[in-house]
Amino acid sequence: MSAQPASPARRPGLALWLPLVLFGGFLALVVYGLVRPDNREVASTFIGKPIPAFALPPASADRPGLSSAQFVGGKPRLLNIFASWCGPCAVESPQLAQLAKAGAEIDGVAIRDRKDDLARFLAANGNPFARIGQDDLSKVQIGIGSSGVPETFVVDAHGVIRHQHIGAIMPEDVPVILAKLKEAEQ
Amino acid sequence: MSAIKAKHQRLVLLVIALAALIGAGLLAAWALSKQASYFYVPSDLMAHPPEQGRAVRLGGMVQRGSIKTMPDGVTITFVVGDGKATVPVRYAGITPDLFVEGSGVVAEGRMEGKTFVADNLLAKHDEKYVPREMKDMTEGQAKAVVAETK
Amino acid sequence: MIAELGLAILWMAAALAVLQLVAGALALRPQGAAMLGVVRPVAVMQGILVALAFAALITLFVTTDLSVKLVAENSHSAKPLIFKIAGTWGNHEGSMLLWVTIMSLAGGFVALVERRLPEKTLMATLAAQAFVSLGFYAFLLLASNPFARLPQPAPEGAGLNPLLQDIGLAFHPPTLYVGYVGLSIAFSFAVGALITRDVGPAFARAMRPWVLGAWIFLTIGITAGSYWAYYTLGWGGWWFWDPVENASLMPWLAATALLHSVSVLAARNALRAWTVMLGVIAFSMSMVGTFLVRSGILTSVHAFAVDPARGSFILALLAIYIGGALLLFALRASTVTEGARFAFVSREAALVFNNVMLCGILGIVLLGTLYPLLTEAFGVKVSVGPPYFNPVAAIFAFPMFVVMAVGPLLRWKDDRGGRIAPILAVPALVAIAAGGAAFVAGVRVLPALGLALGAGLAIASLLPLRGRNLRRTPLPIWGMVIAHLGIAVAALGMASESAFSTETLAALNPGETRQVGPYALTLDRIDPVAGPNWTALQATVSARYDGGDATVLLPQARVFANPPGTRTESALKTRWNGQLYVVLGEEGQDGRWQMRFWWKPFVPLIWLGGLLVGLGGLLALIGRVARDVKRLVAVDKIAFRRERQGR
Repeated sequence: MSAQPASPARRPGLALWLPLVLFGGFLALVVYGLVRPDNREVASTFIGKPIPAFALPPASADRPGLSSAQFVGGKPRLLNIFASWCGPCAVESPQLAQLAKAGAEIDGVAIRDRKDDLARFLAANGNPFARIGQDDLSKVQIGIGSSGVPETFVVDAHGVIRHQHIGAIMPEDVPVILAKLKEAEQ
Repeated sequence: MSAIKAKHQRLVLLVIALAALIGAGLLAAWALSKQASYFYVPSDLMAHPPEQGRAVRLGGMVQRGSIKTMPDGVTITFVVGDGKATVPVRYAGITPDLFVEGSGVVAEGRMEGKTFVADNLLAKHDEKYVPREMKDMTEGQAKAVVAETK
Repeated sequence: MIAELGLAILWMAAALAVLQLVAGALALRPQGAAMLGVVRPVAVMQGILVALAFAALITLFVTTDLSVKLVAENSHSAKPLIFKIAGTWGNHEGSMLLWVTIMSLAGGFVALVERRLPEKTLMATLAAQAFVSLGFYAFLLLASNPFARLPQPAPEGAGLNPLLQDIGLAFHPPTLYVGYVGLSIAFSFAVGALITRDVGPAFARAMRPWVLGAWIFLTIGITAGSYWAYYTLGWGGWWFWDPVENASLMPWLAATALLHSVSVLAARNALRAWTVMLGVIAFSMSMVGTFLVRSGILTSVHAFAVDPARGSFILALLAIYIGGALLLFALRASTVTEGARFAFVSREAALVFNNVMLCGILGIVLLGTLYPLLTEAFGVKVSVGPPYFNPVAAIFAFPMFVVMAVGPLLRWKDDRGGRIAPILAVPALVAIAAGGAAFVAGVRVLPALGLALGAGLAIASLLPLRGRNLRRTPLPIWGMVIAHLGIAVAALGMASESAFSTETLAALNPGETRQVGPYALTLDRIDPVAGPNWTALQATVSARYDGGDATVLLPQARVFANPPGTRTESALKTRWNGQLYVVLGEEGQDGRWQMRFWWKPFVPLIWLGGLLVGLGGLLALIGRVARDVKRLVAVDKIAFRRERQGR
């Protein structure tokens, strides 16, 4: 037993590096997790299909409501699914304004929203919408195959869904969406 | 009990710790390969069916007109599809709030025969499913994104 | 005004942290004695300043200053006061400020009271604490300023989310935070000791109260979080092995191991490098857990708002601090002189065994949590749940329970198994009887083993008190006994829940009755009811235990208006021998109501056990601190006397 002083026995030096090596592996994994392209969202199975039939009452005092018939004829439009209670929806408002400025016509569907909340939201973040339909039961949202807010759809002049953008529109997404709109014209 | 030879104690301890660590790692790797529950969409599930009874998750869209309630009032059957293939699903329990035909669903369960028997349904945007993530979003990320891009 | 003041104070505190780091580092040089007097007051001052900054933020929330962005986004003038205060840390920026506040206050407190450590080690410790704090100051000041103003004040705050106005949700995160961040002290102690190569009993005794304190908060936080999930989710489960739960469990496992190895180091001067390693690991697990939850890399479908920039910042901090500490460990640990030795049968050996088992559980939890990320690198989506965690954790936990029963009875340094075998006969027999009965009753293997070991351990955990004068038994011994008993009680609750729960799922018309376990439940009626910000359907259910008198239970399905959402309010009825759990579902097409009933025998023991563990920790902490204070007073008295005699 242990009475003798500590002897300079063979030191297990290499094993001491093991925690650092394991931590390195962990770092590599999470760095990958951070930079990995985000492919975890569920794409709508409705791309290439006509939008389902719906007619929604107006959600705000100064814009008409929205029905599926309005997508047929005219030019391709954007359909933006949003809500005043959704944080990322406020984030994308400058980009929506930019899209509207570039000539895109945008219709909105407000999901499970209240009129005065929505009015406040539009007053604070701007109102780029031509029409806003109120969807209290998420019917249109579910019908169109969207799984969350915000989402934005490119719908061509025949009422066919051409493109889906999941999540807030960031500045770098604006040209992509404009290109998809252009593409939808043909 | 006799003591171990003094100068070897550190080495012995280290060897034991390392052996336990490696053992834990091997055990975890083995158990993970057996027990991790894989995510399937209906076409995968049809093409490469998992073994019967193994816990997996199935994600897809609830087909329109497919939800049927059994006479007991709590068991439902429905069909989940991904546009290429469909799978019949059976579930006994309280359905999540936003579980409706045409919506996305993730079912946790197993194959029994040709039917997928679900223990749990996670409808997207169901409050019971979202809170943890939603909490993070409201507390951290959503606000953060708002803050940084405004 | 208050916002600007708060920000200015925060910058000043950060500047003091720089000073603390530099002065502490200079004090380590042979000629650095002049710096010794600087570091302590600077650390104390830094703690005071950060506390003031945090108080400023609370004031802004209490007065609902809507010109401050954080307040406008997270508060509302109509919120009850308690939730205004809780709103301070219920968001990213505020919680980071809370993190820094706890960290700096802890550092200041160490500087104020710590007398046992050699001066140089203390300097290195405080420098390390300042270094770690600085990273979080930078994160706060550069990437998440809580005091930022809006260009023009908002008309009203946005944060009136009723789902977040829950008293449990308000105080659960800060409780866990105190635990997470309290472990930073252990981390800094470990780094300080590695720098000065001075690891010994004094170091362990200085570190122990800090580890204990943080560990108590973690224990309470995890227990409360488990109960909260149990009654709010309406799923009848009490632990889901969710990444968020695992993030709180992993630091607890590491801190539990650390707590025990620190005891060995304090009492016997053994396990030096191992204790230092655990000190580093425990806080690392806090940071890793927080990072995994915050960065969103482990959440699944709702990954809309993941912010890679902010995640990268925390990741960089992780890489610097954990990587740096582990590098220091690799370079220095072999030069930490070897500690005292012990035999294979000794209390030290038992503690080592349990340390290894705890680290084994920690490893498998970490692996299971990260595994989905790992497989996604190869394009395979998996989720890892109870079928993996339960049996694999049990493989480590069960042997640990056995050694937990034996260890406290063993002597330090060297002992004979034969000496304690007769003492352990009773718990062993109890365990065998309980396990045998469970096996005969057809209970599955894992719960049956859990029942057997839980019953045996419950008895064995009391054995260290035998032959002692209970009034004179030191508090730390009481603490250990109660904490171990708590583990046994919780294990019994878990095993019983898993073995004996019964469930009834039915669609009922009003007036119909169903049986679950010993209860007969009648659905009397369904009424609409309204609360301040919700409406609900409420079921009136009469529950009769074994044909006795009816108790009324009122489960609800609530619908919230703003923001929209639904929540199940389950109804619980607790008896001494279990809990009845009732959930109301939807109305079927035929007008019948879906109802789910559970009878869960002895399930409250899970949380009772958790509280006992926390109470045990508290008793031990009080005992240790009281002893330290007594010693300090005695030392001061002697010094005072000497001084007087000298004059």
